[in-house]
Amino acid sequence: MIFTLKIWRQKNASDKGGLVTYKAEDISPDSSFFEMLDQLNQQLIAKGEDPVAFDHDCREGICGTCSLYINGRPHGPLKGTTTCQLHMRSFRNGETIYVEPWRCGAFPVIKDLIVDRSAFDTIIQAGGYVSVNSGGIPDANTIPVPKLDADTAFDAAACIGCGACVASCPNASAMLFVGAKVSHLALLPQGRVEAEHRVQKMVATMDSLGFGNCSNTYACEAECPKEIAVTNIARMNREFLAAKIFAEKEKQISFTL
Amino acid sequence: MDRSERRTLSSITGKVIMALAGLFLVVFLLVHLGINLLLLADDGGRAFTGAATFMATNPVIRIAEVVLFGGFLIHMMFGVGVSIRNRRSRPVRYQHKSKSETSPLSKYMLHSGIIVFIFLVLHFIDFYFIKVGLVAPPAGIERHDFYHRSLLLFADKGYSAVYLVGFLFLGFHLNHAVQAAFQTIGMNHSKYIDGIKVFSMLYAIIVAGGFMTIPLWFILFR
Ligand code: HEM
Ligand code: SF4
Ligand code: FES
Repeated sequence: MIFTLKIWRQKNASDKGGLVTYKAEDISPDSSFFEMLDQLNQQLIAKGEDPVAFDHDCREGICGTCSLYINGRPHGPLKGTTTCQLHMRSFRNGETIYVEPWRCGAFPVIKDLIVDRSAFDTIIQAGGYVSVNSGGIPDANTIPVPKLDADTAFDAAACIGCGACVASCPNASAMLFVGAKVSHLALLPQGRVEAEHRVQKMVATMDSLGFGNCSNTYACEAECPKEIAVTNIARMNREFLAAKIFAEKEKQISFTL
Repeated sequence: MDRSERRTLSSITGKVIMALAGLFLVVFLLVHLGINLLLLADDGGRAFTGAATFMATNPVIRIAEVVLFGGFLIHMMFGVGVSIRNRRSRPVRYQHKSKSETSPLSKYMLHSGIIVFIFLVLHFIDFYFIKVGLVAPPAGIERHDFYHRSLLLFADKGYSAVYLVGFLFLGFHLNHAVQAAFQTIGMNHSKYIDGIKVFSMLYAIIVAGGFMTIPLWFILFR
């Protein structure tokens, strides 16, 4: 197969950057999107040019490292699929393919297609954990969890933190990601203990990083490779409002309303 | 809170206030529609004038009116504020147009809202300013006579067209707005969300359609 690629090239964070056109020829329909880019990069290297920088790690859809905004959609045209799991047979022969980095003020471009997603780490550090004292290993099943809660929590926990929700959102809002993390822990007894504190802390951190406000367009749900549902955002809003209205005032920290 | 500005209200609280103000307006629209539909009664305006006089004189309604203006103001201020913040959160935009599937018309809430706002301004000039005496009523019509004022306005095809367009866009706004407001206040559950979406669409059709029936009725049957 042959393709015309329009790829965002940007030397570094302060470079202005722009789209550069490349021809990709002799591409197998069974090669993955990244194998196609690898092939292109080999040609660039042979010519002594700088290869296209893009993020990837597991290449099996579980780590959340890959990104790419392909023809106006994060992770490309296939529903419920990460870019690393996308194959060239999903495109028409001869198609022009636009490849851009995630766009969000909180995700600055580092080089070419790579963005800095540490804003997500900052949000997780604010409360996306359960505090456990070290010691002996507790017996399994000492804390019963209803099957339905376990399943719902697991669906939320499937979020791989890729940031496609932010990339697709017209407002660059991180509500699906934060909603998934808040829900995943709030649904389990181990996470319940710190739930009120967690949701306030994570939302305050999210707000401080410059993500947009949710306006319920649901582009995130449509584009999430793990098909995280927007019911998780509603659950976060419920948790948040309940915490604001009913939670005890905390001694050390005060949260904005 | 290092990278960006500190804020007085969190994003979620802001959106909840906006949604609650919006839901208040949603209830108000039903009352307003109910009264306006009395215009269609073939009684020379007796029922309509009765209702309008009640709304203009009842002390409880007088207080409700202030709350109503507050509701509009809060809704619009937050709507515009949220939209500005949202635009800023993506300083460099994509080259390729977004192809992501979204809830119908949800991306155009500010646009439909602004059209509704323009209509509201006209509506204020035509009715409220005359009522409070800021604008002189047209010749031969008394300041509180909303019935004949309406008949006169609807007799004008241009005015009726503006009215119809205004409500068409209100319908677009409401179709997304009502179900979105439930999501914002946290009421999204797989058990009933489909029902809420149907309700939202029906409400939009009934309210926008109901208001639009009035000029159409005058054009077609009077
Ligand atoms: C009678 C008139 C109106 C009613 C009943 C109404 C109702 C609503 C409701 C219920 C929402 C959903 C809130 C949510 O997303 O949770 C909404 C959203 C919105 N409204 Fe209105 N509205 C009206 C007029 C206006 C006007 C005049 C503006 C002018 C600026 C406006 C701007 C917006 C915007 C920008 C949104 C989307 C906000 C967002 O989610 O980001 N609305 N409206
Ligand atoms: S919610 Fe979905 S799109 Fe967003 S970070 Fe998690 S896996 Fe990626
Ligand atoms: S590279 Fe790990 S999810 Fe794509």
